[in-house]
Amino acid sequence: MSTATPLRRSLITPTTLVLVALVVIAFYFLGVRFLFGLGAVANINSGYPWGIWVVVDVIIGTAFGCGGFAMALLVYIFNRGQYHPLMRPALLSGLFGYTLGGFAVIFDLGRYWHAYNLLLPWYIQPNSVMLEVALCVMAYVVVLWIEFAPAFLERLGLTGIKRVLDRWMFVFAALGVLLPTMHQSSLGSMLLVMGYKLSPLWFTLWLPALFVISALAMGYAVVMFEATVVSKTFSLPSEHALISKLSLVVGCITVGWLVLRWVDLFARDAVPLAFVGSVSVFLFWVENALFLFAALVFVTPAGRASPRASLLAAVALLAGGSLYRLDAYLVGYQPLSNWSYFPSVPELMVSIGVISLEILLYLVFIKTLPVLHGDAAHR
Amino acid sequence: MNAVDRRDFLRGAGFATAAAALPTEASAGIARPPKEISPQAVGMLYDSTLCIGCKACVAACKAANNMPPDIPQHLTDWNEDTWDTPEDLSGRTLNVIKVYRNGTAEQKDHEINGFAFVKRHCLHCVDPSCVSVCPVSAMQKDEVTGIVTHDPDRCIGCRYCVYGCPFGVPQFDFNNPLGKIAKCQFCSHLQKKGQIPACCDVCPTGASLFGPVKEIEQEIERRLTAAPGTPHEFPRGKIGENRPPNAATIPHYVKGIYGEHEAGGTQVRYLAGIPFPKLGLPTLGRQSPASLSEGMQHTLYHWLIAPVVAFLGFAFLARRNMAQHADDEAPKS
Repeated sequence: MSTATPLRRSLITPTTLVLVALVVIAFYFLGVRFLFGLGAVANINSGYPWGIWVVVDVIIGTAFGCGGFAMALLVYIFNRGQYHPLMRPALLSGLFGYTLGGFAVIFDLGRYWHAYNLLLPWYIQPNSVMLEVALCVMAYVVVLWIEFAPAFLERLGLTGIKRVLDRWMFVFAALGVLLPTMHQSSLGSMLLVMGYKLSPLWFTLWLPALFVISALAMGYAVVMFEATVVSKTFSLPSEHALISKLSLVVGCITVGWLVLRWVDLFARDAVPLAFVGSVSVFLFWVENALFLFAALVFVTPAGRASPRASLLAAVALLAGGSLYRLDAYLVGYQPLSNWSYFPSVPELMVSIGVISLEILLYLVFIKTLPVLHGDAAHR
Repeated sequence: MNAVDRRDFLRGAGFATAAAALPTEASAGIARPPKEISPQAVGMLYDSTLCIGCKACVAACKAANNMPPDIPQHLTDWNEDTWDTPEDLSGRTLNVIKVYRNGTAEQKDHEINGFAFVKRHCLHCVDPSCVSVCPVSAMQKDEVTGIVTHDPDRCIGCRYCVYGCPFGVPQFDFNNPLGKIAKCQFCSHLQKKGQIPACCDVCPTGASLFGPVKEIEQEIERRLTAAPGTPHEFPRGKIGENRPPNAATIPHYVKGIYGEHEAGGTQVRYLAGIPFPKLGLPTLGRQSPASLSEGMQHTLYHWLIAPVVAFLGFAFLARRNMAQHADDEAPKS
């Protein structure tokens, strides 16, 4: 049924070597973190107990991993089978986005050796939004590996197991839509307890909806970005025909997000705060401008027809969604006294290393496993 | 002793807008009912006008809780691990005295050209955010005494409590690879032995006063209703205990009792001679943040009905659609 094939390309290229170097640097700083404490590497402090390891690696990182979620919703739930060729690469990016997000949580936890307490029924605290996020993300990582397993099974020639898995795949496809809906909205709910510390430009009861809708939009944007960049880089046939159809879906979601965001801001009389001069207000406008740009490209036929504009819009959407998360968790957040936070170089290098590892593993997997459709060598 | 930073004053204003924007009306349907204070709750009254800034409470707290000295980086040149000089709460300091200074700083408890002290530690919320956000029940609120405790053997170090506390109380020790959350636990280990929190025990003027919240409230009432200048016997240590009181006169208090309603109310209450925001105490509304976030979670996840229904729907559609695809693609393969 699947015509996906491994890409016959060398694993060792200048790009992969640079990525390996960045990963090695990150692991060096992680070693320092484990020997001397979080403060020895990261600039997080009493006022800003969460820094980019939480916000970039986990909150933004898992949104980048929503490709699998977004495509599963479209292909399996809304029955748009024509998008099936985009499914496996989407799942693959989700696989690494989430697996490495989970890995980032471990090194960010101050008392990581107790992490298993999250699984002990006599310790868990069901009112905690973080518990919901933690359990749901763990479950989804497992689901992603199962959803992706057919690629391994095909490669290994285990058709018997694959047939059994295919029969039950609908369960995992359903979980693969349900679980991200739950925890991506909960990443917004995590801020509902921050009413006294979060600027009204971001604090709203609609945080869960705004988070899950933007995660969905970012998921599609990742798929579009990936398909374009991968087909360009490896001179595969362009997926633009498929992508331009997908664009309208993404455009509508983005417009929906903007409408919800602004109707809520007006309803709460928070709009005047967007005209006060400050860094956070500036970033608020940048964030909204990026969403608006993406929406305008995706809802206009001319925008959808242009591969260049579509790619730019996908990037804008990813940047806008990332900035929205960064603003909600760090920029719009007001600590209680004169604390400030800007990530240190080692802290940044760790996050860059995590992202490099993600890209590296993605490259290794598409070159060794049947993920992409239409490699010229096999046509 | 750290000056209450000037940004704290601005902070007060920022918070007012944030507090006003807490969607109390809109959230009426979402927020769960606020928690009620236990009838046997114990609490503390900190009267800033009685505090002389001696910091005996800071030293006693360190000794009672076995906490290490806290020497800020910029003081290490002349202070080599000998003199505990905390400037704020930290992973090494559970209780701290700070000072407000203005202009010539001549008169105590005056906002202009004056100074005033403030003591910072956990306020033991009636409906604590830290307990609500903790995924592994490391933060607990005693049902009877209302004391909020922390168990490092459960804690995973996620620091959501640090991020979420509206009063900025829990602290993580970032400079220790095996760091812990540090937070005042009202000397619950001493209370179990029939003693009172170390800070109240050593306070020479009764500025920190321990007692059942009900009796604390009565004492506050006595102080606020008496005319300034009237003689008053300020109890020391624990209310109702037969220690010699501090005989003085009623000062000029600012209006209000900090902690009575803030973020759903707290068991530690403050009286002061200058406005509370000037002392660095955040301006907060009456709603407890946990009532809103828990209300939302309970609405979305009530009996897990919504997720289960969604799952069944998704599974049905996925199964039907996948079977269709298999049929579509079968001839091709």
